[in-house]
Amino acid sequence: MTSFHINGRLVMVDAEDDMPLLWAIRDAIGLTGTKFGCGIGMCGACTVHVGGRPTRSCVTPLASVAGAEVTTIEGLEGKHPLQTAWADHQVPQCGYCQSGQIMQAASLIKDFPAPTDEDIDAVMAGNLCRCMAYVRIRNAIKQAATQARKVAADE
Amino acid sequence: MSKLKNQSTLSRRAFLIGSAGTAIAFGFAQTGAIADETSPFEPTIWYSIDRSGIVTVNITRAEMGQHIGTALARILADELEVNWRNIRLSAVDTDPKWGIMVTGGSRSVSDDFPVYSRAGAAGRIALIEAGAKLLGSSPSRCFARHGAVFAANRSISYGEIVRRGGPARKFMPNELAELPIKLASERRLIGQKADALDIPAKINGTARYGIDASVSGMVYARPKIPPTRNDSVVRSVDDSAARQVKGYLTSLVLEDPSNTVPGWVVVCATSYPAAIRAADLVKVDWTSGSATEVSEQNILDHGATQIASSSGGALVVDDPGVDTAFEAAGSVLERTYTTGSVLHAQLEPVNALALEKDGRFEIHTGSQWQSLVLPVLADALRLPQERIVMRTYPMGGGFGRRLNGDYAVPAALASKALGRPVKLVLTRPDDMRFDSFRSPSIQTLRLAFDAQGKVTAMEHHASAGWPSAIVAPAIMRKTRDGTPYDQDAIDGADHWYNVGAQRVRALSNTLANSAFRPGYLRSVGPGWTNWAVETFMDEAARMAQVDPVTFRVELLDGAGRNAGTAPNAIGGAKRQAAVLKRAAEKAGWGTVMPKDTGLGVATTFGQEREMPTWGACVARVHVDRSSGAIAVEKLTIVVDAGTIVHPDGALAQVEGGALWGLSMALHEGTEFVKGQVKDTNFDSYTPLRIGDVPDLDIEFINSIEAPVGLGEPATTVVAPAIGNAIFAATGIRLRHLPIRPAAVLAALASQR
Repeated sequence: MTSFHINGRLVMVDAEDDMPLLWAIRDAIGLTGTKFGCGIGMCGACTVHVGGRPTRSCVTPLASVAGAEVTTIEGLEGKHPLQTAWADHQVPQCGYCQSGQIMQAASLIKDFPAPTDEDIDAVMAGNLCRCMAYVRIRNAIKQAATQARKVAADE
Repeated sequence: MSKLKNQSTLSRRAFLIGSAGTAIAFGFAQTGAIADETSPFEPTIWYSIDRSGIVTVNITRAEMGQHIGTALARILADELEVNWRNIRLSAVDTDPKWGIMVTGGSRSVSDDFPVYSRAGAAGRIALIEAGAKLLGSSPSRCFARHGAVFAANRSISYGEIVRRGGPARKFMPNELAELPIKLASERRLIGQKADALDIPAKINGTARYGIDASVSGMVYARPKIPPTRNDSVVRSVDDSAARQVKGYLTSLVLEDPSNTVPGWVVVCATSYPAAIRAADLVKVDWTSGSATEVSEQNILDHGATQIASSSGGALVVDDPGVDTAFEAAGSVLERTYTTGSVLHAQLEPVNALALEKDGRFEIHTGSQWQSLVLPVLADALRLPQERIVMRTYPMGGGFGRRLNGDYAVPAALASKALGRPVKLVLTRPDDMRFDSFRSPSIQTLRLAFDAQGKVTAMEHHASAGWPSAIVAPAIMRKTRDGTPYDQDAIDGADHWYNVGAQRVRALSNTLANSAFRPGYLRSVGPGWTNWAVETFMDEAARMAQVDPVTFRVELLDGAGRNAGTAPNAIGGAKRQAAVLKRAAEKAGWGTVMPKDTGLGVATTFGQEREMPTWGACVARVHVDRSSGAIAVEKLTIVVDAGTIVHPDGALAQVEGGALWGLSMALHEGTEFVKGQVKDTNFDSYTPLRIGDVPDLDIEFINSIEAPVGLGEPATTVVAPAIGNAIFAATGIRLRHLPIRPAAVLAALASQR
């Protein structure tokens, strides 16, 4: 039994300690926005936040998140500046990787409030988009970062 | 893939017949009666209008990233004269009334434009008639706009017309087929910007793909993929170690009357991670046939032998005078080109949930060709097709992988065997090993010049695995002498250049066909035929000492069969010449490049002659002579796809398609080794990542010609443009895809 918070809610999952967090999120908790792509942390489709840091849930043992705060795409509630930018730029094609892209990008703009192209290349390198919507991903990240900076300045 | 020529005709006929037999009944025939609140107005099977004026559009094409529902609904809404905000999409499940259900060949908008526009026109005409009556006017004094019928200074909304009983007008099929559609100048939605309706759910995590399907009581399953695709037989299964896995249930040796998944063992458990772990521990002993002895080079060698033999194959183009022209030639250019195996690697691994309910089987899965797999499922389950329904889901990538619905079969068989719902999911390595990947190809091209340097004849011989020969022989075309061939594996070789007497010979690589299941992969044959044609044209231009753009433009003269025909190819080769010239102009063709940097050009017609998407690409490439690394700096692409229905969606397809072309040219590619693909995950199979994306400059030709395909065409121009740019930068000529640094270094070394 492992307990942790997911999107602000306390959950207890009765599963093997070494079961990947991905399957706890998808099948035990029922939040299917987080996707299975490769199982070895190479595609980024399963990216969630653990303690605010982007984490590949397909290679994260369940027991390792005991007591932690986990955030999934559903936890952004559609209101994150990145989600607005993703809509403005019509980023997704098939959409399967986009939860992971957005979760990774959310950390990116927190760590790099004014990301350069090189920052984006470096931080987003682990997120594969098989439809290759990369041009729009980049543009949307820049828009969201600008928006986030504006909000921060206003506050 | 191009298969769907005949089928689209079928589907259009189904539209007429399926709607109401000999005539389309426009709902609510009793004018003036109060309509049942639950019954919307259904002018045709393609949409309904409810009492509040909401239009629900039925979409039979599968959503896999192309926002197809948005494009088709905008065609309909434009003709129907309704506001876009009143449109809803319904991705329908399988039902015979829809006719053939397939999404491939970049054909959806092209095939469905007449269907949805006429359906919209029929509804508009009927609503105007009904509205005129209710307004006390005549139809000729009324018009429709914004979901309402207007007469002078009064109006009545479509919703109100539906509430008051709806139209009674009937259209005979011949009337429907001949309904005039609006002039391009009167279009209000087609060609205008619109947000795709499928996108919001793909941003907030609520989009439900096949892998997200679930029902209570379902069992999770993962296969043991046998050593060969077609000829493995299970000798024994040892699951003693797996029994230690908590949640492990059983391992099923599938009995498959359809022979879709020979040698499959499906490992079942109460959770998917348990199924993964258990499958790792289940030991299966297989016997396998000769495919374990087959590797990539054997397939290419077999193709070379086929090409070397003057007999065999299908003469897809067979002009008189080819041999005479070569005998009389002043000079001849002959080159051979090869391409390696390419994986789909769609990000959602293939999966299916199968269950039996009330004597019917439900298959929940993403599929690009439900009509192809339904009869296979019927064979496998020994059930009539009417008792199988496929529930529709958006796909986490199609790219042609899901045209072949083989993955649905083992889920259905396992569910039948267990008597419980089974959700089968392939892991990434399972998915890649079970892929219907793009076959290796080998092609030899010959060009005859006369003594004055004029091109007088061309031969193109191509050998590759034939996807249709395995999964869909019924759609294969025939040559004039009745020889069947897979058009999907040769389209592109029948190009629009005027080369004098032409011969195109398609060879089915039987070794590939038996060793694995060749697949349709984004652009299929044109992905390799154009690599050959467009590299060859560059070589020919160099040999003739003519600029590669000028050389091509002169051959794209639009003479004879290259003049183009209605409905889709009006303008013919002249339109291809136009995009080529425009791309060259935009890219600064002819300007002096820095050291080891070059511009290369290529032009194609997309998928097939009957539905050409004219495209041209100029690649700007830098070659690192010390490492052999190729840096693609910029791709300039010009596309003429006729009428563009959903411009932002069109742009997205060209962006993604072009980057696929780049990825397949430099970053992807696997190798078939002793019956299996070498790469099974993204650690060694490495599609393009964000940092490898060049500048893209994409332009569409403004056109009101018939809309044609956009999903695949951009993939076909990029690789040859890159190869030609490498030549321009360094003088080395590479004739194999993918291009690896080692090949660049070897060519540079042999140049010295």
